Amino acid sequence: MAELNLDDSVMTTRLDSVVNWARKNSLWPLPFGTACCAIEFMSMMASRYDFSRFGAEALRFSPRQSDMLLVLGTVTNKQAPVLRQIYAQMAEPKWVVAVGVCASSGGMYRTYATLQGIDRVVPVDVYVPGCPPRPETMIYGVMELQKKIGRETLSARKEHIERFYRSLARQEELQRARGLSSYQVVREMVLEAGAAGGQQIW
Amino acid sequence: MVIERIEAQLPGAVLERHAFRGDATVTVAGARFLEVVDFVFGEGFQMLVDVTAVDLAIPEYRFEVVYHLLNLASQARLRIKVPVPEGAAQPSLASRFKSADWAEREVFDLFGIPFEGHPNLTRLLMWEDFPGHPLRKDFPLDGGDLFCSQDIGASFAPEARSLNA
Repeated sequence: MAELNLDDSVMTTRLDSVVNWARKNSLWPLPFGTACCAIEFMSMMASRYDFSRFGAEALRFSPRQSDMLLVLGTVTNKQAPVLRQIYAQMAEPKWVVAVGVCASSGGMYRTYATLQGIDRVVPVDVYVPGCPPRPETMIYGVMELQKKIGRETLSARKEHIERFYRSLARQEELQRARGLSSYQVVREMVLEAGAAGGQQIW
Repeated sequence: MVIERIEAQLPGAVLERHAFRGDATVTVAGARFLEVVDFVFGEGFQMLVDVTAVDLAIPEYRFEVVYHLLNLASQARLRIKVPVPEGAAQPSLASRFKSADWAEREVFDLFGIPFEGHPNLTRLLMWEDFPGHPLRKDFPLDGGDLFCSQDIGASFAPEARSLNA
């Protein structure tokens, strides 16, 4: 009963809770801006909406220094392996927010050139709807991500990320074995997943 | 008008013509295309603004390659259209106009029309091993993506695979 003797000077908790508390309040965003959602994102970061209130002030344009990937805009099939590589290069643990309908589902671009949702190539934690979403919507999305981080266990997040690394290893293996470009391999992995009734390659 | 001068200098080269408010357009026969280009170059049309193409999907000839030229001195514009049957090559203008290099690569990439004499005829926008040429009328809009097409009731995927094979 050491707790009673020490009164308020000591608090016991689970390791998961305290680590997640630190993680969720010091997110380091990496903006992957490809379209108009990136313009709304600028507004979100600027003084009127002031995203730094949520502990995610320090934008980093290097994946090595960030742990929250914000995908802001349309991602083409040619961009898909690039997105996978950027996600792979980010510091662990890492989270992904798909901002806007293009990143979430391809949006209005139902064409050969557009990836029909980034969740087909990288794991996504929060989807923010809108075309483009207002800054409030994006802030709400990140608040939902913070709640999600607060709930998860450390081992579950680790397993989640390692699953992606296995798919990346398979992609590289296929590239070597069949002599195809990374674009074509990702495209074929997506088509293969689609033919098997799935929607994702990771 | 440059169209009249082309017709006077190169009789029979112009198959079809039309001009409305500076929208000067001539359709020329493929065999006489280079003659026409050299003639209008001498007339001052020395900037090739763009090269594009249309997949008409008609039995006589499938494609129409469209060249947009600008006369830098008079600011007049001229559009030259050339009918190209499927499988036929179009002479490259890369040796005459620098801007033809990438423009012709784009047309080759998206329509699959080969340009004869081009210094580096490789894909420009799509990746090197991309199957098919996406702006052809028989290329499925969604590129054969099952996930993309299943909820509109028709899957083009088998068709796309046979096309891309």
